Amino acid sequence: MNETKALEIACPLPLNDHRHIKLAHGGGGRMMQQLIEDVFVAAFDNPVLRGGHDGAVLEFPHGRSVLTTDSYVVRPLFFPGGDIGALAVNGTVNDLTMCGAEPLFLTASFILEEGLETEKLWRVVKSMRSAADAAGVSIVTGDTKVVERGHGDGMYINTSGVGRINHDTRVGPKRIAAGDVILVSGDIGRHGMAVMGEREGLAFTTPIESDCMPLWSTVHAMLSAGIDIHCMRDATRGGLCAVLNELARGSSLQFDVDERDIPISESVRGACEVLGLDATHVACEGRFVAIVPRGDEERALYVLKSQNESASMIGRVLDGEPGLVTIRTPIGGRRILDMPAGELLPRIC
Amino acid sequence: MKHVDEYRDPHAAQKLAQAIRKVVTQRWTIMEVCGGQTHAIVRFGIQDLLPDSVELVHGPGCPVCVTPLEMIDKALEIATRDDVIFCSFGDMVRVPGSRADLLGARARGADVRIVYTPLDAVRIAADNRDKQVVFFAVGFETTGPANAMAVHMAKTQGLRNFSALVSQALVPPAIEAIMSAPDTRVQGFLAAGHVCTVMGTHAYAPLAAKYGVPIVVTGFEPLDILQGLYRCVLQLEQRRAQVENQYERAVCEAGNTAAQALLERVFRVVTRKWRGIGEIGESGWALTPEYEAFDAEKRFGLADAEVSEPEICISGLVLQGLKKPADCPAFGKQCAPDHPLGATMVSGEGACAAYYRYRRKRAA
Repeated sequence: MNETKALEIACPLPLNDHRHIKLAHGGGGRMMQQLIEDVFVAAFDNPVLRGGHDGAVLEFPHGRSVLTTDSYVVRPLFFPGGDIGALAVNGTVNDLTMCGAEPLFLTASFILEEGLETEKLWRVVKSMRSAADAAGVSIVTGDTKVVERGHGDGMYINTSGVGRINHDTRVGPKRIAAGDVILVSGDIGRHGMAVMGEREGLAFTTPIESDCMPLWSTVHAMLSAGIDIHCMRDATRGGLCAVLNELARGSSLQFDVDERDIPISESVRGACEVLGLDATHVACEGRFVAIVPRGDEERALYVLKSQNESASMIGRVLDGEPGLVTIRTPIGGRRILDMPAGELLPRIC
Repeated sequence: MKHVDEYRDPHAAQKLAQAIRKVVTQRWTIMEVCGGQTHAIVRFGIQDLLPDSVELVHGPGCPVCVTPLEMIDKALEIATRDDVIFCSFGDMVRVPGSRADLLGARARGADVRIVYTPLDAVRIAADNRDKQVVFFAVGFETTGPANAMAVHMAKTQGLRNFSALVSQALVPPAIEAIMSAPDTRVQGFLAAGHVCTVMGTHAYAPLAAKYGVPIVVTGFEPLDILQGLYRCVLQLEQRRAQVENQYERAVCEAGNTAAQALLERVFRVVTRKWRGIGEIGESGWALTPEYEAFDAEKRFGLADAEVSEPEICISGLVLQGLKKPADCPAFGKQCAPDHPLGATMVSGEGACAAYYRYRRKRAA
């Protein structure tokens, strides 16, 4: 009885603002954050969920494990530098990695649309196999459903993952402290621009390939080098900007970054300039932000650069305005780096 | 990146800022007309480099912001019809009308598509002959040629299922309206570079002379804006009021005459309403009789409706340079980019939205 009663909670989303779910609710920005906090956390609230991590860190008698899940709905299914299969493996592998766990096992659920060419399915599945091999994980169970034509973009994939934490470093937003150094593991925005370019038929002079890749080997190298990583998060939807804002909020500290130190390839910069987009809002699928204590930053950068030359130290954590992210502009001004609103929309002119 | 980094060089920026500090002897209020300039000023923190005596106020040159509520309601009315594919530039789809926005309409099943160029809408019309394809032709003189070309191409290709919902605005009448207001504070203008790329600069000399204001045609990169400001301040200090062209790499006096010829054929000048400001005579474009058949308002028989703005909103005063975003009691409270109350909060280029995103707390 009591349990039923506890679930009779009024829907907390401001109904007048959002009577229907909009695409922006999945865009990785403010609206998604609000949806998660006001609906999902409100309904499912428990100590593990409140950890606010990319995955759930579970304490077992024999040690800590991490469980995570993610769904992949990318259109088109194939894009320069990857496909939905590679994304479904690397995305979940990276969510485990960001909790400091060595990825071990994945599940794979397929929602297929009636009419999908089996050749395409086979290409995706082969790509998943090679991504899994590269990341050192096995796909150990799965599920298949087929929906009527017109009810899905060819194929949706959900993967869940289990990983093991075999070190003593505690990684999470609560460990971030004033004075910490903020690093990014490589140039940002490739994945989002590659997909947008393919989807919208934009021809870039220099082709932009997705940055989709597994991150465990990089993180493992950092941990093995004894770097006391305070927090990590991969920059997916909402890009670098969303990660910095989430972590500033999660740690109740101010983050201050320098725009000139943010690595962005020439082709991504060019495409963003033309479309009026902010590269820090554009999704990556193989880049992460690492926050390390002062004193560890040079070694951390050395390890990151050995994996990706474009890795960079981009800023510091300050004991300032809690939850605020500030950015120094190339001409020496300073402004707020605000959470992206939702869907990326090119400007008129 | 070539052709961009040169215009964002920190040392050159400091030098220009220093030059401004050197010539300025009193307070001056300068308006940048274009939303793209407002965006750059706030995004690059240009105000941080200026002396306190140079005050920037933000003009009405954001096409998204000044599109009247009634027009967005018309767009929604058309977009929610079953037989319509509604095409729009990206930042227009998030702008709320009096009840909903186009993204919301899409969530409820309307076929709303974001296009990168108006010609994409023409192509969609050619590929979907059983549907009415409507393009939301919004913008200033800058987008005019591409929008005009879309209508012209549809006519040439005989695409009877294409039409345009036209909400084009013109800069010089807006400057005139701002300067003729009795309580105006604006003493100098940075005119919108890309508008002048199309139209040339000759329309501005009479304005500079009539109102005694310097007008500097200015680009959009930080160094452009700082140089535009320097030249404007210098004129003010020397008590000159002339038209100068800072953006010579893209603007010539005559403008793009081929584009102007097309504009003249497709559009005629009309009086239009500006969101937040009201009606301004001869400040917009509508289709000429030759292209009238492609007018979406006529095709769908839409009537004008009166819609009122929230009383608390001061966006009209912000657009005229009389108030700053932070002067509004609703700023950042009832009014924010996710739930805007008025014109200047709806687009990233609106002054209120730019302040909210980049400066709502002193980024110190």
